[in-house]
Amino acid sequence: MEAKIAEIVSKYQSNPGFLVPILQDVQKAFNYLPREALQEVGTQLKVPISRIFEVATFYKAFSLTPRGRHQMHLCVGTACHVRGAAMIGDGIERVLEIKAGETTADLEFTFETVNCLGACALGPVLVVDEEYHGQMTLAKANKILNKLGKKVVSDEEED
Amino acid sequence: MKKKIESPAELTRLQSELKGRIDPAQPCIAICAGTGCMAYGTQKIVDRFREEIQARGLEGQVAFRTTGCHGFCEKGPMVVIHPDRIFYQRIGIDDVPEIIEKTVLGQEVIERLLYKDPVTKQRIVHEHEVPFYGRQMRLVFGSNGLIEPTSIEDYLAIGGYSALAKAIGGMAPQAVIDAVITAKLRGRGGGGFPTGWKWDATRKAEGDPKYVICNADEGDPGAYMDRSLLEGNPHSVLEGMIIGAYAIGSSHGYIYVRNEYPLAVKNITLAIEQARDLGLVGENILGSGFSFDILINRGGGAFVCGESSALFASIEGRAGEPRAKYVHATDKGLYDKPTCLNNVETWANVPLIIDKGADWYAGIGTENSKGTKIFSLVGKINNTGLVEVPMGITLREIVYDIGGGIPKGRKFKAVQTGGPSGGCIPEAHLDSPVDFDELTKLGSMMGSGGMIVMDDRNCMVDVAKYFLAFLEGESCGKCTPCREGILQMRKILERICQGEGRMEDLDTLQWMGQAIADGSLCALGGSAPNPVLTTIRYFRDEYEAHIKDKKCPAGVCKALITFSVDPEACTGCRACARVCPTEAATGKKKEVHTIDAAKCIKCGACFEACKFDAIKIA
Repeated sequence: MEAKIAEIVSKYQSNPGFLVPILQDVQKAFNYLPREALQEVGTQLKVPISRIFEVATFYKAFSLTPRGRHQMHLCVGTACHVRGAAMIGDGIERVLEIKAGETTADLEFTFETVNCLGACALGPVLVVDEEYHGQMTLAKANKILNKLGKKVVSDEEED
Repeated sequence: MKKKIESPAELTRLQSELKGRIDPAQPCIAICAGTGCMAYGTQKIVDRFREEIQARGLEGQVAFRTTGCHGFCEKGPMVVIHPDRIFYQRIGIDDVPEIIEKTVLGQEVIERLLYKDPVTKQRIVHEHEVPFYGRQMRLVFGSNGLIEPTSIEDYLAIGGYSALAKAIGGMAPQAVIDAVITAKLRGRGGGGFPTGWKWDATRKAEGDPKYVICNADEGDPGAYMDRSLLEGNPHSVLEGMIIGAYAIGSSHGYIYVRNEYPLAVKNITLAIEQARDLGLVGENILGSGFSFDILINRGGGAFVCGESSALFASIEGRAGEPRAKYVHATDKGLYDKPTCLNNVETWANVPLIIDKGADWYAGIGTENSKGTKIFSLVGKINNTGLVEVPMGITLREIVYDIGGGIPKGRKFKAVQTGGPSGGCIPEAHLDSPVDFDELTKLGSMMGSGGMIVMDDRNCMVDVAKYFLAFLEGESCGKCTPCREGILQMRKILERICQGEGRMEDLDTLQWMGQAIADGSLCALGGSAPNPVLTTIRYFRDEYEAHIKDKKCPAGVCKALITFSVDPEACTGCRACARVCPTEAATGKKKEVHTIDAAKCIKCGACFEACKFDAIKIA
């Protein structure tokens, strides 16, 4: 971990002004911001740990807890909202039994809402593991979840 | 490393050389590869084109460009075939060989890929004849479709960096500032502050170094023109910044860009490297003795960081909290040094002004709003996309002539401008001209250019609540009126949406809104009440329907609606019963179904699944 962080920090010439991008790279490397990593960043940048935590908790992009294997980001920008994103968010929360911003206990899924991805023509947009899915519907979201191994309970009886 | 360009004259020579290398008669396929089109799966089409061109041995005869966003996001994936500018929309991988065979080699137009005018039902062959493009004035955004954003040669070949050569080669710094003042350019990020004045104040301020910053923290939900400019034409933004730095006397620049825009980060990073290699950024630019370098700083996903002093805090590596503004950023900004902060689109306007002249620029637009503005036209609109229009055009022209009206023939209700700081404008004001001052008069604002169209299925109370919930999450928490006030206003709206509102709530919302605006340091709190105040002003009847009649006329607020089956329309297909998560929708095959209100959680799944319009929301 020490070496990885040294590598990231040196990319920014150990300039504490780049704390936010440094933490982004650290998060990318470790999937979240482990406490030890933050302490290491503080030591290497000579910035107090309190400042690091202030920044790590202020910005939305950072997570201090481990995130799931599959990342689902639902765009809730205005254009997606007026096309019914809230209804889809409710549906995903119901199926995964977590709230937006949380991770399932088995660490399989993290579900988050994002403000605007700028793909408004495709709204509502759901990004699953960095792949965009446009014109989202409840049915399509369920299909995606099914494919990723989350069985969606529904009335499948044949009559 | 490439040889650095050492004088403006040498730059001009390079431009004409690069221009001369392009044969204007040669067929060129330009495919839109902006984020929107990439989300449609354009990468696979790009790969297919490359394979096909290679397989047929057409390299050198047919040019192929992956360009930035063309703007007409609704119709992606799309290609324009030059020199005739034949426009194909919604193309698929399998169309690729046919496009090359018939159109590129055989000069034949493929009818089914053409845009069909929804009104006249006619197929339109050329890009510029499509009404969506025809009514626009694409001065800033137009080059996006012509160049590869990753190629500085492409930018130079269309005359890029001429303005820089002109400024450095023959204009004193003050003359550049005077040109921007005469052009009456105003900030495109939302505030609309005169850009030239800002530059002048920074130039005259004491302190060293001076900073110029590009604000690319485009946080407005529903606005993406800055991203598309950075992705599609990064050198135009860079050129504007270098000219600005020259005029102001700045040696250090920053671009503060959202990390959620990976392609924009990639393209602007590359653009800076290319410009540095050619000596357009760095030491002794064009042999003039003027030096300027730029760093990129990626944001952390905080909306408030679009605000100037919060942005500075973020670049300094701190939490993005704004500070009081009695000291201007032009005197003490980043690291307490004189700082000029302008938005992406503002910077991209600068080369135009220098190149074509301040008087030409000032001839476009209205009395106090000059030039063009790029809007992202989104929501309930047929032609979703980015549109660049001259200031002074009416909202009606944008929504109906360019946007093609409301989908499915539904009724227009409102257009929301200015993002969370703006307001909702009703049909009665559709003929108002769009400029900074007119939109403010209507209780909204220009903002960064989001334009979200809403129809009769959108509840205005819900929209107001949506923006407050957004701002509640984005308030940095420093000023109590903003932090606590927005929360309380949102709770009141929540109650109204639950059917537990009281008529006096409307007065409370109005005075609270005023108090929040007065008691907040930055524009986030200062404009936060706008969405609530404008919806009360223009759509009071909808609030009253929620409060007095306990009804949501648009059928959105869950507590006030019920789902039922229209027995006339129901065919008994079981689609609703299959998707219902709570077994509320039931019924035998080929018999009319029912929804048990006690079990129904109003998730909307049955409404979405029904193909016969039999699910009624009331």
